[in-house]
Amino acid sequence: MLALIYFYTLAFVLVVAAVGVVTARNPVHAALFLILSFVTSAILWLLLEAEFLAMVLVLVYVGAVMVLFLFVVMMLDVNVEGGRGRFTRYAPFGGLIAAIMFMELGFVVWWRNLGLPVMETPVPHDADYSNTKELGAVLYTEHVYAFELAAFILLLAIVAAIVLTMRRRPGLKTQVVSEQVKIRREDRVRIVKMEAEKD
Amino acid sequence: MAEIFLACGLCVVLVVDLFVSDRNRDLTFSLALIVLIGTAWISWTTGHAGQVLTFGGSFVSDPLAQLLKIFSIAAVFVSFLYSRDYLKQRNIFKGEYYVLGLFALLGIMVMISAYSMMTMYLGLEMMSLALYAMIAFDRESPVSGEAAMKYFILGAIASGTLLYGISFIYGVTGSLQIGEISAALTAGAMNETSLLIGLAFVLVGIAFKFGAVPFHMWLPDVYHGAPTSVTLFVGTAPKLAAIALAVRILVEALGSVGHLWEPMLLVLAVLSLAVGNIVAIAQTNIKRMLAYSTIGHVGFILLGFVAGSHAGVEAALFYTIVYILMAAGAFGMVILMSSNGHDADRLDDFRGLGRRSPWFAAMMLLLMVSMIGVPPLAGFYAKWWVLTALVNSGHVWPAVVAVLFSVIGAFYYLRVIRLMYFDDAEGEAGAPVAGGWLMRTVLSANALGVLALGILPGGLLEMCARALSG
Repeated sequence: MLALIYFYTLAFVLVVAAVGVVTARNPVHAALFLILSFVTSAILWLLLEAEFLAMVLVLVYVGAVMVLFLFVVMMLDVNVEGGRGRFTRYAPFGGLIAAIMFMELGFVVWWRNLGLPVMETPVPHDADYSNTKELGAVLYTEHVYAFELAAFILLLAIVAAIVLTMRRRPGLKTQVVSEQVKIRREDRVRIVKMEAEKD
Repeated sequence: MAEIFLACGLCVVLVVDLFVSDRNRDLTFSLALIVLIGTAWISWTTGHAGQVLTFGGSFVSDPLAQLLKIFSIAAVFVSFLYSRDYLKQRNIFKGEYYVLGLFALLGIMVMISAYSMMTMYLGLEMMSLALYAMIAFDRESPVSGEAAMKYFILGAIASGTLLYGISFIYGVTGSLQIGEISAALTAGAMNETSLLIGLAFVLVGIAFKFGAVPFHMWLPDVYHGAPTSVTLFVGTAPKLAAIALAVRILVEALGSVGHLWEPMLLVLAVLSLAVGNIVAIAQTNIKRMLAYSTIGHVGFILLGFVAGSHAGVEAALFYTIVYILMAAGAFGMVILMSSNGHDADRLDDFRGLGRRSPWFAAMMLLLMVSMIGVPPLAGFYAKWWVLTALVNSGHVWPAVVAVLFSVIGAFYYLRVIRLMYFDDAEGEAGAPVAGGWLMRTVLSANALGVLALGILPGGLLEMCARALSG
């Protein structure tokens, strides 16, 4: 019963936060809403006994990704009012698609026949059951192939990102360290004698 | 295992490339080719008749995987050979191009050998990520950037739908492994509604990867916008991965519910035939024209699956291999035409080619005629076997539609031939095609390969049959 109350409260917060991400005018607010939704879903996962995933979600997404995101949002001068006109232009069509998707979701949720007979209801584990340990055991034995593949995808992502962003174009302002080190005082500082000003 | 060798090899290429100056990029290039040859050799020698599963049933090694792997390695090899001069002239002859290409090949090979939905998805992502970066490789060109962006966004959506569909199938059958899914489906009564939802989403993902109508929007833009050597890459090897995806998911995993996916596939196939062949007529850019012709050919490949019989899948496999051979030649021709600096991708650039360089005009003639499907060439047998399989399984009207649209499609292939032989070149475009010996040899071999395969199609067909009987 208590778990159910927790679930619905958190689910409500999650949905409100998700709506907030989309509707917030200020991109910083949107990013903060996104953090809220991540934290809430992490707690939902805790209710499902997925402790490790919950922690990773908070650490990776909230701790690293979203901080980076906020950085970028604050550094870029995002035009807050931009795109309003397009919103009204595309609103009817978007609304239609949203309505269809809601109907589909309703269909899926209420169609109880979709209740999947193959899956039995999971039994809660004991208190000393270690989610992390189990996950590690499976990850490095049964799913080691997929795990290694994921590692290669990350390597590919690094290569691709560097290929696409690092380039030497004319007029690029970069530091020339040797020049900076070799500089003498006379090159930069000029001592100017001035008369003391009287008001 | 060939994948391990490829993965190590590409890391070596990546590191060696760091220490090579821009003038000696040929070293990276040849190293990449050596890695490809090594990978092909390992794939060739480790082949065997039966089906072997490893890694908890997520990796499969069977004759189908071997065949597709060797052909995709060959396709990548050929596209690397074509790309060298093209990239050099545009100052984008960088080692990373080949590293990304090898990454894409790794993804393709993972997909081909995937026996679980999870590895399949990972391979797909690896391939797609590498392709996005390759399309945007020429950063000076805004068209390339736009093409990459479109492909990236649409590709991400397609991956999402594929995953969503996979999650439904997992929910119904309780497994991600192809063999277990198939066993679960044959064993008991399933909830058809949720299976159908999952199936529809998975099919959207597959159709997107193939470029079937109505999920073809990315194809013309990507083919047009990407540097031609990348277009050649995108148009060849990934199609083999797509057919592997289709065979594994539709035939091996969901084969017992064929009555559910065949109608959907039929609609996709007929629409692709119609849109591909009709819209291609209106194109003035040869890359766009070939993109639409791809869509038309994809319609044929999908029809092979619609037939639902063993022979149909075999014909689809044969068609795909023949198609990538023809596409490699056709895009290679565009690259060859572009070898004096500017991109000769308009149809008008082919004017008077018959007088300027008769040999290459003849090669292009072979390729175009093969794409139409005229008897002594490979394209004919590909179409013939798909149609035979269709008629034998009782799908007569789709076969009639397919023939009808190929006749319509013949128009724009013939127009290329007319431009080459009966029109005169305008202005200064009258020079014969320039191009290194490498390009010339590869292209000639490619086009003559189409002819040879047309005269002696038995060997490849037998290989396809053996691969699928495994």
